[in-house]
Amino acid sequence: MGTQSVRSHVSIQAGDFDLSAEVTALRAGDGGVGAVCSFVGTVRDHGGQGSVSAMELEHYPGMTEKAIEAMIAAAFERFDIRGARVIHRIGLLQPQEQIVLVAVSSAHRGESFKACEFLMDYLKTQAPFWKKESTPGGAHWVDARVSDDEALARWDAMPPRS
Amino acid sequence: MSQPVELQLRYFASVREAVGTGAESWTSQAATVAGLRDELIARGGAWAQSLARCRAVRVAVDQVLQQDESAALRPGAEIAFFPPVTGG
Repeated sequence: MGTQSVRSHVSIQAGDFDLSAEVTALRAGDGGVGAVCSFVGTVRDHGGQGSVSAMELEHYPGMTEKAIEAMIAAAFERFDIRGARVIHRIGLLQPQEQIVLVAVSSAHRGESFKACEFLMDYLKTQAPFWKKESTPGGAHWVDARVSDDEALARWDAMPPRS
Repeated sequence: MSQPVELQLRYFASVREAVGTGAESWTSQAATVAGLRDELIARGGAWAQSLARCRAVRVAVDQVLQQDESAALRPGAEIAFFPPVTGG
């Protein structure tokens, strides 16, 4: 971690979030911000086993927050960014609902684009969340995807900046 | 055999559903996380199935994900078993 204090915010919550309000909070009081990159994930109405009527999200209270804080600290080491906000929802969600937000601020766009993708790739593979889909055939746990691990491996192959 | 250690075990998602509990205390004779997993597999039934070596089970010790199971067991440690994560 650099000498500057890390401007980060992590929330695991049942309730929805407002993208505009979150981006406003991320930029608040920081005149050095020239770029904000944000990613919003939503619940699809289809999964590997047909149509999805609902999605239930479980997490590991305590570890989840710690794991995401560690990812943000790693992002601050790798990229020239100024702030980061991560929100992940838990509980029962309906198709089309927002499920996750990652937003990153930086002086120039390149660093926030990269850091946003880095954080999502880590979140998908290292943060303890599990999804359970309700389908016409019953409820089942979603399997982890090999492509998510491959996305993570790209970053592992890239040395952090000195 | 090592000194027995008192541990707090946690289970999540499909592992939690299979073993029928989210948390329990467990006195282990094992020296490492790998040994603990073997003890739990030896209980048979859902334990043997859901923690079997062929299963992709992740382990966290005191809320830190472990890359392997060589970590030593510390008295009072919180050891969690769960499937690969699927958030986001």
